[in-house]
Amino acid sequence: MVPLSYYLVLSAILFACGVVGFLIKRNIITIFMSIELMLNAVNLTFVAFAAELRALSGHVFVFFVMVVAAAEAAVGLAIIISVFRTRETLNVDRVNLLKL
Amino acid sequence: MSLHLWIIPLLPLAGAAINGLLGKRFPKAVVDAIALGSTAAAFLYALWVAVQFFRLPADQIPHIERYATWMTAGTFSAEYGIYLDQLSLVMLLIVTGVGFLIHVYSVGYMEHEGGYYRFFAYLNIFMFFMLTLVLANNYLLMFVGWEGVGLASYLLIGFWFLKDSAANAGKKAFITNRVGDFGFLIALFLLIKHFGTLQYDTVFKAVSAYPVETSAGLLTAIGLLMLFGATGKSAQIPLYVWLPDAMEGPTPVSALIHAATMVTAGVYMVARSNAVFDRAPIALMAVAVIGTLTAIFAASIGILQTDIKKVLAYSTISQLGYMFMGCGVAAYGAGIFHLMTHAFFKALLFLSAGAIIHGLGGEQDMRHMGGLRKYMPKAFWCMTIATFTIAGFPLLAAFFSKDEILWKTWASGNHILWLIGVVAAGMTSFYMFRLWFLTFFGEYRGELATDAGHGHDSHDAHGEHGHAGPHESPMIMIVPLMILALLCIVGGWVGWPRVLAGSDLFDHFLDPVFTTYAPAPAATEAVSGHEEERGTEIALMFISVAAATIGGLGAWYLYYKRTDLPARMAAAAGGLYTFVLDKYKVDEFYGAAIIQPIILISTNVLWKGVDTAVIDGAVNESAAGAQDISDGLRQMQSGNIRSYAGWVAFGAAVVIAFMVWRGVR
Repeated sequence: MVPLSYYLVLSAILFACGVVGFLIKRNIITIFMSIELMLNAVNLTFVAFAAELRALSGHVFVFFVMVVAAAEAAVGLAIIISVFRTRETLNVDRVNLLKL
Repeated sequence: MSLHLWIIPLLPLAGAAINGLLGKRFPKAVVDAIALGSTAAAFLYALWVAVQFFRLPADQIPHIERYATWMTAGTFSAEYGIYLDQLSLVMLLIVTGVGFLIHVYSVGYMEHEGGYYRFFAYLNIFMFFMLTLVLANNYLLMFVGWEGVGLASYLLIGFWFLKDSAANAGKKAFITNRVGDFGFLIALFLLIKHFGTLQYDTVFKAVSAYPVETSAGLLTAIGLLMLFGATGKSAQIPLYVWLPDAMEGPTPVSALIHAATMVTAGVYMVARSNAVFDRAPIALMAVAVIGTLTAIFAASIGILQTDIKKVLAYSTISQLGYMFMGCGVAAYGAGIFHLMTHAFFKALLFLSAGAIIHGLGGEQDMRHMGGLRKYMPKAFWCMTIATFTIAGFPLLAAFFSKDEILWKTWASGNHILWLIGVVAAGMTSFYMFRLWFLTFFGEYRGELATDAGHGHDSHDAHGEHGHAGPHESPMIMIVPLMILALLCIVGGWVGWPRVLAGSDLFDHFLDPVFTTYAPAPAATEAVSGHEEERGTEIALMFISVAAATIGGLGAWYLYYKRTDLPARMAAAAGGLYTFVLDKYKVDEFYGAAIIQPIILISTNVLWKGVDTAVIDGAVNESAAGAQDISDGLRQMQSGNIRSYAGWVAFGAAVVIAFMVWRGVR
């Protein structure tokens, strides 16, 4: 059996990839994918612990996260399309209306 | 049995409220009806109360009515209540009676003035506070009245507030009074600290358990502080300076507040606190000395004043000095007696002076008067009676009261004070007859000088009179004068002394007030009917009448017979003359010694130092600091999503690091 620490390390690496991708990428789509990556890193942690501790709640949480992620993807993609329509770009550095 | 005494102060208050809030729209007749009606009702009710009072059995005097608790703080509590004994009854009748007459007079005097309703509202509110002062059954309620009359006084002195001098005089009166009030307040604090209450009956009872203090102690301190308060309200040395300036107010105000009633509050307070003063001989002596000094000091200033109202103002201060002198030798009855007669003759003097001023279209300088006997005979006769009364001519009111004070002073062994008092009596007579001769005799000197720009009193408002020459005042002003003149003549008869086959009725009437809580020895020594003393008393009477006659004759010689002499004498006296004319430069001295330093300190330390640098500085600096910090923090909000994400990641890292470091619980 694969030890728990392997899962956790993999999860941490995936999460770090997500964070780095989020921070350095400029394309909104890529950033969005980075977010999904982070979510799934967390999901991996959940199922790893669920298997280790033999508790169902971890699995349930994963389903919840997936549902939320799906909803978020729907809303997020809609926003992205809307942004692209109005500003003709997907570069986040140029979508900076929220500053003072 | 309740006499419902609360109605008395409430009547003028209601009048003041109605006139003050709504009077602007009322015609004058309605304002008159409300103001006069409420005062007249108060006076009539007071008369009814007086009748009831005489029916009360002796054990129900003082008659105390308690209505409600005003405030409670720990064990201390003060209540709304009324304390009616012989002393407050006398004061009640004086205040409502003289007050009503002056209200009537004001209708005529203020006829052409703006702010007519405002004037009567102020007069009524003054009546309310004065009645509160004299009727209160504890010191705290008395203090309410005490402050209230100060307020009314301020409002009325500054009635013509567009005139700078009037506004300043109002402020001066109020602030000077506040200085005295400070002493009074400290006295009250001492009373609370040591007796736990300010109710008259409890305090006096507690005080009467104390022995007479041979050296300075608690009661001496209380007495001296009360005296300090009284010097403010009653215009004694050192706080008398506000009263002459208070003549900026309309003349009826001078008559009502600054002569007949309010300024006697200090005398009333001293007499009311006789239980304290009787046991504090040092404080009592201070009262007598201050009174006597004030009497002669003010009289000497009065001699050279040229403004008719200023003469009367200094005369008021001087007469108040007599009252203090009387109280100071523990002859409270004599002091109150003089208070009463003074209320009559000084109100008459002021109102007659007001009639003259009114008739001359606002002229107050006696150098521009003269010969007015022809033009206003009624005012002349009233003034004559008042002048003879204040000078102390036999059988007139002040003769009895002033001589009683002087006699009691002599009998108490203070022969020096008595001598000063007699000299002051001579001076009183001199300056009053000087006023009388300057005003009514000789030739009228007004035509040439009336346009000299003396914007005194109601000068402007009387413009419609023009200066068609002096004229008599309307009947509504003359009738109160006549009533007061009558009182000047007969008012003193209630105190007809025993040596002149009278019965000292007034003294005996007041006796219960001053003997109930008196220390044991004082009660026994109050006998003055010995044969050898009768001779002395009569001799002293002759001496003071002689002093008054000499003063009067001196005035006659200088200001009637040889009118060239005063100017030559003034020239001969030189510096001394101007020194006295400048009122001994007391105002200047106070200005240099107290007011200037206070202004300097206030400007340089309190304003520029404390206020601007410290308080403003703290506020401004904290505001500026907040802005600086915000300026820095604001840079974080760049609008760049990735920098936000970076902060989030950084924050998460910090939280995780913290949890790892502390261990997860």
